[in-house]
Amino acid sequence: MINRRTLLVRAAFGGAVMTIAPGMAIAAANTDRRFIFIIQRGAADGLATIMPVGDPDLVRLRAPLIAEGGLKLDSMFTAHPALAEIGKYYTQKEALFAHAVASPYRERSHFDAQNVLETGGEAAYRMKDGWLNRLLTLLPKAEAQAIALSATIPLALRGKIEVASYAPSGLGDPNDDLKARIAMLYAQDAQLHEMWQSAINTEKMANDGTSNGAKRDPAAMGALAAKLLTGSGAARIAMIETLGWDTHSDQPGRLANQLRQLDNMVAAMRAGLGDAWSKTVVFVATEFGRTAAINGTGGTDHGTASCAMLIGGAVNGGRVVADWPGLSANALYEHRDLKPTMGIDQLIAAAVAGHYGLDPARTAATLFPQSTQNARALSGLIRS
Amino acid sequence: MTMTPAAIAANRFGLGMRGDGAAVGDPKAYLLRQLEMFDPRPAALKDVPTRADVADTLVQFYVQKKAEKRAQTVAATASLALPPAPTPTQTPAAPQAKSPRSPELKQARDDVRDLYISSIGTRLNAALITPAPFVERLVHFWANHFAISVDKPPVTAFAGLLEFEAIRPNVLGRFVDMLHAVEQHPAMLIYLDQVQSIGPDSVMGQRRAANAKAKSGLNENLAREIMELHTLGVRSGYTQTDVTEFARAMTGWFVTGLVPGGPDQKRGVAGAPGEAVFRDNQHEPGSRVILGRTYNQPGAAQSLAILDDLATHPATARHIATKLARHFTGDTPAPSLVNKLTTTFKATNGHLPSVYRVLIEAPECWAPAPVKFKTPWDWSVSSLRALNLTTVDPKPFSGTMIALGQQIWKPGSPAGYDDLDASWAAPDALLRRVDIAQRLAQRTGGGIDARTLAKVVFQGSASPATEQALGNAESGTQALALLFASPEFMRR
Repeated sequence: MINRRTLLVRAAFGGAVMTIAPGMAIAAANTDRRFIFIIQRGAADGLATIMPVGDPDLVRLRAPLIAEGGLKLDSMFTAHPALAEIGKYYTQKEALFAHAVASPYRERSHFDAQNVLETGGEAAYRMKDGWLNRLLTLLPKAEAQAIALSATIPLALRGKIEVASYAPSGLGDPNDDLKARIAMLYAQDAQLHEMWQSAINTEKMANDGTSNGAKRDPAAMGALAAKLLTGSGAARIAMIETLGWDTHSDQPGRLANQLRQLDNMVAAMRAGLGDAWSKTVVFVATEFGRTAAINGTGGTDHGTASCAMLIGGAVNGGRVVADWPGLSANALYEHRDLKPTMGIDQLIAAAVAGHYGLDPARTAATLFPQSTQNARALSGLIRS
Repeated sequence: MTMTPAAIAANRFGLGMRGDGAAVGDPKAYLLRQLEMFDPRPAALKDVPTRADVADTLVQFYVQKKAEKRAQTVAATASLALPPAPTPTQTPAAPQAKSPRSPELKQARDDVRDLYISSIGTRLNAALITPAPFVERLVHFWANHFAISVDKPPVTAFAGLLEFEAIRPNVLGRFVDMLHAVEQHPAMLIYLDQVQSIGPDSVMGQRRAANAKAKSGLNENLAREIMELHTLGVRSGYTQTDVTEFARAMTGWFVTGLVPGGPDQKRGVAGAPGEAVFRDNQHEPGSRVILGRTYNQPGAAQSLAILDDLATHPATARHIATKLARHFTGDTPAPSLVNKLTTTFKATNGHLPSVYRVLIEAPECWAPAPVKFKTPWDWSVSSLRALNLTTVDPKPFSGTMIALGQQIWKPGSPAGYDDLDASWAAPDALLRRVDIAQRLAQRTGGGIDARTLAKVVFQGSASPATEQALGNAESGTQALALLFASPEFMRR
């Protein structure tokens, strides 16, 4: 159970700690809308998540990465089988997938790309605040209440409007991945390598096989988000960071696990939000996609376009929105990646404008003031 | 792994680059300049309490403790006066639980603790914002050389002041002045029991001897540690007789105003509360012979003369030279460097900046391979500096230092913390650092580009493996954690 008095907002390492007091109650919201942004850090493979099985080149490029048994979405696309619950919402027209989507960023660095995705700028480090915080400036005060489910405020939520953060201990702890990377980092350093091996072995014994991975509980995170977004005094907007999408090797098992966790998280949100689900949009996006072809280690490398998801009772779902570029050699971006045909900026602007009844042009200008992406109108994403 | 000269200046000599730090430029000039820029009492120290404040807090603590004890005694006496209550069974009564501490005592104890915690904040703040990180490192070096350990309330209360009042003002002075300041500081006099040492033939000693109940006399603790740890070094030729003679000479040093009710003032002992004073009536009269030299000065002048000689003794020169060399070149310093430092120490009568200049000029200190595994303090401070932090809540920071195995001012022994790799380079310690690196990175968020920061902190020394790890990291947060966990950041 979450005790409100235990919701700590930590500003920095050992820094100011303040409590979200019950007195921070918020007046009844005008539209009672909920918006949750789930960022997939590490570049989620859109081609494996929402698979264009109708594209004849898919098998040629990545046969071992095509998972069997997923929900057929339309003549072109099939969802990954791990998206069991989200697939149901799709059938109930509460989920929509947008494909061949990308931010304006065209290089392949995770941080630069995440910086662009979160700031909404045209290039990395051009803007200091995040689009999700700028969205708050457009909303009535009662609805401009946001919380980050992480120890610090992610860049997308940073800006002049104050937001809260709450890091559940033991949840979403990316220890395992970090540890694997540190093992690699120490591989050439005899002293550190030995110390590290010893420490990890000891830790494994101490944990009796249940490593930190067991502490990770995406469903609990989803339920927590729902709890923080319901009731009087609750926030209306939340951001959740997910990690572990950087599947350079052994992708099928790892990605299935990642997607199952995402599926569990969203299902728990839906269950926890109850009636509020009908006024909710969950937006899932990643910084860029992955190579169209499988690489030499059973995975994929950094790419360009990927897919995004809009899930929730407020979503006008049951369809895949895509201007499909195709996967033939000539159709690929730089002969290796899915080519972007839709800007993530447009998609976000259209979704939140529809959700909150805002003017689309003004919304786009506020959230993505530097955007030069083709402002092709994307209407009808949200139920009217 | 190869460190550039700029990286050595910043990391081996200094406390690590701040992310927003100015360029190193000419590494030697950068270090020499710091000898001019160091401020012994910077803004970070403006709220440091006075000795009187500390004494007052301690007296409050003792008053509450005494009241608690009296209340317990009264309760115990009262229960003894009553006829024993008839017990329904033969079960022996459970030992009477210690009555809970009064809120006043708890508060008084917390006040003592707060002095310690806020001093940690001051020390850290100074280390984070200093324009002279090399000199700041030397402050930490000397504070560990003249180590105290916060194992009892008065030391806990005075701990910060020893560093602020005795070390900092003398770090760029002569060794003898630092030695005097330390050995006459309340924290040291209390920590190594000097205040309790009473000359058997002193006025006070004679009076107490007449009253057979009062157990008191000579305590050699401080005298021995001055010789063994602070000056000559262990096995450097002094004998037990030298230690005992020195202990006799040291009798008389005392800290006033720490006894509730102010008996010091009533007895006519000079000095404000919390001040170190010399009480003639506690001092063992007579001349002393130490290391073959006779000291026949009266009173305090005797111990001061001995300290003067110890400070410039050749064994002291070599002892200090060895410790400094180890601090800047690793576990087994080259004899060439120790010799150079010893020679300069002797030639200048322990003029510390002259000794530091030898360190800066010595090629031994500029070996391109890292020479030290960072201590937890070094590692933490360099991380916080890299993140451009200026102030940090000292309470959780103190907890972090405990978790990392180096609680501030609590080495548990007057020898201080080891300056050897093996003491710090251990698997669990490494795992804890990685855990903390991750938390630190998470709390600072993704606003810092670790790849850019790596250029600043490593000054061109980042290995391809580290650069690759940072570049391939899944997120900015993870990249930061990897930076703090990298081999280059673990060592200096």
